[in-house]
Amino acid sequence: MGETIQAPGLRIACGRLDAGTLAANFADAHPPLSDSQARIEADRCYYCYDAPCIEACPTGIDIPSFIAKIADGNLRGSAETILSANIFGGACARVCPTEILCEQACVRTAQESKPVTIGLLQRHATDFLMHRGLHPFARAPETGRHVAVVGAGPAGLSCAHRLAMLGHRVTVYEARPKAGGLNEYGVAAYKLAGDFAQDELDFILRIGGITILHDRRLGRDVTLASLRATHDAVFLGLGHQAVRVLSLSPEPLAGVMDAVGFIEGLRQTAKSGVAVGARVVVVGGGNTAIDAAMQAKRLGASEVTIAYRRGAEHMSATGFEQDWARRSGIRIRTWCAPKALLGEGGSVSAILFEDGGDGPLVEPADMVLLAVGQLFDATPLQEGLAPAIAQGRIVVDAHGLTSLPMVYAGGDCTPGTDLTVSAVQDGKVAALSIHAALTGSV
Amino acid sequence: MADLRCTIGGIRSPNPFWLASAPPTDKEYNVRRALEAGWGGVVWKTLGEDPPVVNVSSRYGAVSYNGQRMAGLNNIELITDRPLATNLAEIKRVKRDFPDRAMVVSLMVPCVEASWKAILPLVEQTGCDGIELNFGCPHGMSERNMGAAVGQVPDYVEMVTRWCKQNTRMPVIVKLTPNITNILMPARAALAGGADAVSLINTVQSVTGVDLDAMTPLPAVDGQGTHGGYCGPAVKPIALRMLGDIARDPVMRGLPISGMGGVSGWRDAAEFIAMGASGVQVCTAAMHHGFRIVTEMIDGLSHWMDGKGHASLESFRGLANRNYVQWGELNINFKTIAKIDPSLCIGCGKCYIACEDTSHQSIAKLPGRVYEVIDAECVGCNLCAHVCPVDDCITMVPQAATGPKLTWGEHPNNPHRSAAETVS
Ligand SMILES: Cc1cc2nc3c(=O)[nH]c(=O)nc-3n(C[C@H](O)[C@H](O)[C@H](O)COP(=O)(O)OP(=O)(O)OC[C@H]3O[C@@H](n4cnc5c(N)ncnc54)[C@H](O)[C@@H]3O)c2cc1C
Ligand SMILES: Cc1cc2nc3c(=O)[nH]c(=O)nc-3n(C[C@H](O)[C@H](O)[C@H](O)COP(=O)(O)O)c2cc1C
Ligand code: SF4
Ligand code: SF4
Ligand code: SF4
Repeated sequence: MGETIQAPGLRIACGRLDAGTLAANFADAHPPLSDSQARIEADRCYYCYDAPCIEACPTGIDIPSFIAKIADGNLRGSAETILSANIFGGACARVCPTEILCEQACVRTAQESKPVTIGLLQRHATDFLMHRGLHPFARAPETGRHVAVVGAGPAGLSCAHRLAMLGHRVTVYEARPKAGGLNEYGVAAYKLAGDFAQDELDFILRIGGITILHDRRLGRDVTLASLRATHDAVFLGLGHQAVRVLSLSPEPLAGVMDAVGFIEGLRQTAKSGVAVGARVVVVGGGNTAIDAAMQAKRLGASEVTIAYRRGAEHMSATGFEQDWARRSGIRIRTWCAPKALLGEGGSVSAILFEDGGDGPLVEPADMVLLAVGQLFDATPLQEGLAPAIAQGRIVVDAHGLTSLPMVYAGGDCTPGTDLTVSAVQDGKVAALSIHAALTGSV
Repeated sequence: MADLRCTIGGIRSPNPFWLASAPPTDKEYNVRRALEAGWGGVVWKTLGEDPPVVNVSSRYGAVSYNGQRMAGLNNIELITDRPLATNLAEIKRVKRDFPDRAMVVSLMVPCVEASWKAILPLVEQTGCDGIELNFGCPHGMSERNMGAAVGQVPDYVEMVTRWCKQNTRMPVIVKLTPNITNILMPARAALAGGADAVSLINTVQSVTGVDLDAMTPLPAVDGQGTHGGYCGPAVKPIALRMLGDIARDPVMRGLPISGMGGVSGWRDAAEFIAMGASGVQVCTAAMHHGFRIVTEMIDGLSHWMDGKGHASLESFRGLANRNYVQWGELNINFKTIAKIDPSLCIGCGKCYIACEDTSHQSIAKLPGRVYEVIDAECVGCNLCAHVCPVDDCITMVPQAATGPKLTWGEHPNNPHRSAAETVS
């Protein structure tokens, strides 16, 4: 354990670990395959007919085809196969929960509980192309059409890239100073190690025809009505901009944060400058809870506990992620719903549960991270004519069309699974629909 | 414990695994290590006349298949490149120290009787157990009218064999080249010349690949390539067929055969013996794994023999050869049908697409990736069973006989069917 530079009275601190340990802790969690490992792994693929893995990939990547190309030594062709279905093939190779997607469906899972490591192979092929600074696609001739994309997350950028490829001009309105959405601000640092999100962004923009306007927020700097007036179509890829609040103490206590904010902070700061408690309790049962706990541990917290109000089987975090957390020394307490936070001198000191589940009723804590859900925030759309919202999300049809003509939406702000890969698919589908609508081709 | 002793053309060895004439048997150092490791015998790397040949640099090419290294090996080496006297002295020392092992000396000299007359007594003086005539080397030496250049002309095979039999009392094994249309011709010639045994196959003429950057055939020597000889697991089917043809030939009945070409483990050896060989020779497997691989071969063969109740090699030798017939003797009335075990099926669809695209459209694709054989359509070709990646998932089920055995010779569709048959 490194030096604790602890201000008096403050139990959360920066620099609990030395720089080398921090760097190692936040390096690539799943290192890339070497060429020979990739060839051996690629040879494990049976090149299935009507391959179940393709069906299980939300973007429908032709997995047997890209793997056969790796086995054949055609890495460039392999990367093109991947990226033609999913321009975020590089990020998805790193962040997809493959254990519930393609790799779960892989016939080798049924055969020997050991799927072809599709994600790692996908990374091998896309890295090959991206490391060489190559962009595999060219734009179709300019159509003269102009589309507004709101939100530069995976959904928005996937939509923008496909539209640009088809010859349309795209302007992306992004509220934040950096593009990338949760790839830049949310996903665990050790999944997208280094500056991968920005490298991939550069790679995607190399198609041309896309302009990103930063610090341009819908609802503040532009309105949906103005965008509709000045563009041929609008795509909304707003993501979740709000978190569910859990009010556990009458007055604000230092050391209590929402987990998404905690992660955002650590994604944007040198790790030595991120404060973390010695005893951290994360409230929640999803992948955000796991990510927050894992990163708190990697910052040097000595005890990290995930407290979930129901059983392990009810957690939305995948079994793989739960196991990984346990193996990383994180305690997962189930059946303990938080009741109140206890404070001491304005800082949190413990969390009290309604029912202890498999532990004591009071868990001492100097940091409590709340990961009880992210929500879509419809406020930016509230001015003027707004698309229909149901159950807290923008209503879309199978083509991504909202209730408003030529206004499309996708990603976390629409119904469906909240995964990077699903957002990419939504953006792609919407782009194809917009293209069809703009060119009259169906 | 099964008795693995073997005798070929009067040459005895404690087990049927000999190292073939090649780099593993090139000199005393290797051969001692081999015999210490347990090989039953060796065929010393082919000797020739002095001055010795000169080899080139870059000598082997190999074919890897799906990650499996050296599925096939190709070489452009010649015979020994060391002086005759050196080899002879070493052979003598090794044989003295390993009297129970088979020591056979491979020979290749020009196709004139004087050359053979000169070398045979020198070889005999080493105390070796026999000689093998290398009529098989398919590259280099054949350009000098030796090796395969002799082996491809039955008259020469007979002539040289006879010279040897007349000029030595040592058993003579004639090693055959597979680079010939009908293997029976040189084999019968060897028999006519008095050979005590034949050995086969030598390597198959081949080019392993092409370097697409340098545009050279492989293996490359200073920007050029030449054909070489192919061996290893890839050639085993070729060897089995040629071996089987000789073993079932009525003219050659009883002529001992030393089988080789792709023997990589005990099972291959058992197959060669079941096809009619008396023993086997191995080169590539030793070059791939080192000499200790023979311990796995010996162990595997004896366990298998014990399990089957075969007390000696003779108790199963040639058993499969009895069932090795001409196509025209096969029973056209026999029918076998593929059966998919749904509890083992992993839904990869490979059987379906193989049958659908390239065979008889006999597999139905049902909802939920369920695949089912359409019995009435299946011709029993086995393709699906071969492509299925799950062991025993697709089995071929012989169907109850619907009539007596019917061969093509008797089939109504055969315009030349034997007159004895009644027209239906
Ligand atoms: C902590 C965390 C970890 C995650 N880990 C994984 C993982 O490992 N694997 C996985 O597959 N998924 C993961 N996810 C989910 C995944 O990140 C999302 O599903 C995905 O990013 C959704 O993409 P999106 O484009 O819809 O939204 P976002 O990525 O949220 O992007 C939305 C963009 O819109 C911008 N924006 C929002 N409002 C406005 C506005 N009014 N005006 C202009 N711009 C605006 C935002 O600034 C942002 O750039 C994780 C999510 C979180 C929170
Ligand atoms: C590098 C190399 C050199 C060989 N040299 C000879 C030789 O000098 N004389 C000979 O009769 N056969 C030679 N052979 C052929 C082998 O003896 C043997 O017939 C052939 O390799 C098939 O056996 P395998 O499949 O076990 O390798 C050579 C083979 C190799 C690989
Ligand atoms: S299911 Fe598995 S084995 Fe089949 S094509 Fe997909 S990755 Fe390959
Ligand atoms: S045995 Fe041949 S014909 Fe029969 S189902 Fe299999 S592939 Fe088709
Ligand atoms: S090849 Fe075998 S495992 Fe694959 S679908 Fe056919 S029967 Fe099933």
